[in-house]
Amino acid sequence: MGEVAAVTRLLETTALSKTFGGLEAVRRVDFRLEKGEIRAIIGPNGAGKTTLVSMISGRIGPTSGRVLFKGRDITGLKAWDRVALGIVYTFQVTSIFKNLTVYENVALAAQRRLMKGALGRLTLPQHILAEPVNRALAQVGLADVGEQDAGSLPYGHQKLLEVAMALALRPEMLILDEPTQGLAPEEITALSLLIRALSRGVTILLIEHNMAVVLELATKVTVMDKGGLLAEGTPYEIETHPDVQKVYLGL
Amino acid sequence: MSFEGHLFLALLEGTVTGFVLALTALGLSLVFGVMRIVNVAHGEFFMLGAVIAWYFSTMPGGFLPALVAAPLLVGGVAFLADRLVLRRIEYKPESTIVATIGLLYIIQQLVLTVYGPYARPVAAPVYFRIDFPWFGYSGYKLVVAGVSAALLVATWLVLSRTTLGLYMRATQQDREMAQAFGVSVHRVYALVFSLGAALAAIAGALVVPVQQAHYLMGLDALLMSFIVVIIGGLGSLGGTLAAAFLIGMSDGLVSVFFSPTLAKIVATLLVALVLVLRTGGLFGEEGT
Amino acid sequence: MRRTRARAVWALHLAILLLLLGLQFVVPPFHQIMLARIMALAVYAIGYNVLLGYAGLMSLGHAMFFASGMYATGLTILHFGFGAGAAFGLGVLAGAIMATAIGLVTLRASGVSFLIVTMMFSQAFYLATLYFNEITMGDQGFIISGRLQPLVAGGREFPFSDPAVKYNLALVVFALSLMLSVWLTRSPIGRVLVAVRENEERTRLLGYNTSSYKLLALIVSGSLAGASGSIYTLMFSYVGSSFASILFSIYPLLWALLGGTGTTLGPLLGTALMTYVVDIASGLTSSYLLVVGATLVILIMWFPAGVMGGIRARWVRWLP
Repeated sequence: MGEVAAVTRLLETTALSKTFGGLEAVRRVDFRLEKGEIRAIIGPNGAGKTTLVSMISGRIGPTSGRVLFKGRDITGLKAWDRVALGIVYTFQVTSIFKNLTVYENVALAAQRRLMKGALGRLTLPQHILAEPVNRALAQVGLADVGEQDAGSLPYGHQKLLEVAMALALRPEMLILDEPTQGLAPEEITALSLLIRALSRGVTILLIEHNMAVVLELATKVTVMDKGGLLAEGTPYEIETHPDVQKVYLGL
Repeated sequence: MSFEGHLFLALLEGTVTGFVLALTALGLSLVFGVMRIVNVAHGEFFMLGAVIAWYFSTMPGGFLPALVAAPLLVGGVAFLADRLVLRRIEYKPESTIVATIGLLYIIQQLVLTVYGPYARPVAAPVYFRIDFPWFGYSGYKLVVAGVSAALLVATWLVLSRTTLGLYMRATQQDREMAQAFGVSVHRVYALVFSLGAALAAIAGALVVPVQQAHYLMGLDALLMSFIVVIIGGLGSLGGTLAAAFLIGMSDGLVSVFFSPTLAKIVATLLVALVLVLRTGGLFGEEGT
Repeated sequence: MRRTRARAVWALHLAILLLLLGLQFVVPPFHQIMLARIMALAVYAIGYNVLLGYAGLMSLGHAMFFASGMYATGLTILHFGFGAGAAFGLGVLAGAIMATAIGLVTLRASGVSFLIVTMMFSQAFYLATLYFNEITMGDQGFIISGRLQPLVAGGREFPFSDPAVKYNLALVVFALSLMLSVWLTRSPIGRVLVAVRENEERTRLLGYNTSSYKLLALIVSGSLAGASGSIYTLMFSYVGSSFASILFSIYPLLWALLGGTGTTLGPLLGTALMTYVVDIASGLTSSYLLVVGATLVILIMWFPAGVMGGIRARWVRWLP
């Protein structure tokens, strides 16, 4: 008891870099994430936060460097295969299917795991699909709007729908890209509670600008600036860190 | 005729074809480049030019006024099409294609109704023969090449030296920015579309003494123009010219030494492959 | 609620099929042939719609697939004396193979590029049928009725010259295609296709290899087109280059748009309407393709959802 055997980190990047044309968006980042964390990545605009997580999720490929998930090199793995491993990304600007119903949106996510083999792809009984879909919708509080068109939902609910879709994918690591952006204060509170509840089973990686949310939720904070890691530590340490203050407040 | 004779003929034909093709394709290239749409009816503007030229050749004034009338009339038709149809559908890429396909059939079939299904020849306005050691060559074809070249230069001058040209190039490069600077994008679009059609019409008119006017001649012109524009790059005058010559020459060579149909097959496959292999697709914007 | 919707959908489609089955006994012979032709071509339109309406890819090269089916069927019957069944199977296979080959090459492009590339390949195919005219008889084409053996079933012979055979053959193939399309739209795969159409990147990040799905849609689409070409040959005996031309690639686009892309019954409706309109117009003038042009322009400007699409949006929301 108490012996922590060679635990492989959940996520690790080694010298991960991305250059667009002449611009170095991410510079040789060594990022480490342990299981069970709620990690917030903060930093000014253009610091490379979204680029970094895009490389982790597979949206874009790195210019150099590696990404390891549970000790396995996934640098060459396509985005859709990473989802199967449990890496789920939600978009900064809501990217739901506006013309489909809320139910259909989540069903699309939920059915992925159920489509095993040729037969699973061809047919899926409704009641089998309904179970994970309704569960995800209930978790975010959208259980009663299943039949509505996703595009007709208010913005805050669209964000919740994104989370529901992510949940239906049974993530091990959930990447939330600015989840509270554009939300009203009550919605932010509700979403924070939801994220905390989720964190019991899922490791959370969070890009946030809202410092209150970061301080409230994060177990650890990573600060990025100009494509590199500036500082890492507990929320309190980061709050009082001189370099961070300089970058944010221009002191 | 000896091999050198065939070769020289092929090269000569290729040059003439190249110039005419460049003129025909230029309009499509400009429309592609500035408006970012595919005008499937482009060949029909070419055909209209030829048919209008035929009508003029039957009138007292003769063929020559057609060289002015055809572009004006066809440009007008294009202007209407832009105003009534294209603007309405907001120049959306796939909608424009469907709309211009529709236009293609409307124009083509209207011409069929009025002009009939027959191919009618037009006498060349100038007739002289240049004698080469192996064959006699139509002087008019060389005139056509020369006039095409002159028109290409004129277009280049308009593009690079005039305000309109400036607006066109600005809109092509960055639509939002041009708008921010006060360029009326809709007006530029209308003008570019009309200009593209007018250029095709002149090409059609010039070529008709060589080719005969027929209501279906637009399809061939369309395909060849597509090929030139895709290989040469959108909206690039130099690219269009270079590609037109490449295509014209290879078409000339393969046609003379093998068969015209085979030449077309090769050209078509080539451009399909170029388009597939070129990263960034047609407009250089498409994804991974 | 979902259960009853499923039942309503299947019931509606079954009803339509029964209606078609019954019509052959009440309509005059001219319309019998028209309907048979419409059903055969509707298979082509259904195939096209799988790609356009569900996967969201507009192709201008489907004549390639139709003609592949046509030539595969026609040539094997004419030169090797194949039976109708085997020839039909080959026709479908030809469409599938062609679609696979084209898909592997062209699906790297999308949107407008995809459209032009498919048009180019199709045009090359068309020119090839003209160039190799010792085999294909080019524009003139050839007839297979001399070599086509009647269907034999239950000890009875069913010659293809019999209008009833033509009608019911077309009906069977159409019914299968229609059911396939209904099932597809309600299956997990269909859901993914729609998602790819709506937002491809999002779909990728939900765990789907979208390129594979697009290829699958293209293969199904091409197979249906090949089936249509094949059955058309069996019914009307004639094979010719004109079925590989660009006009023949534009027809399914027209039919699908008119009927309503993204609906299962749209293709049948569009094919039926347009076939009758063109038939009437061609009796009035030789410039009858004008209606094709005018319809396309009117549709795209004012009725982009087509007839079925409009009906679905306004009244019957559960139409697939």
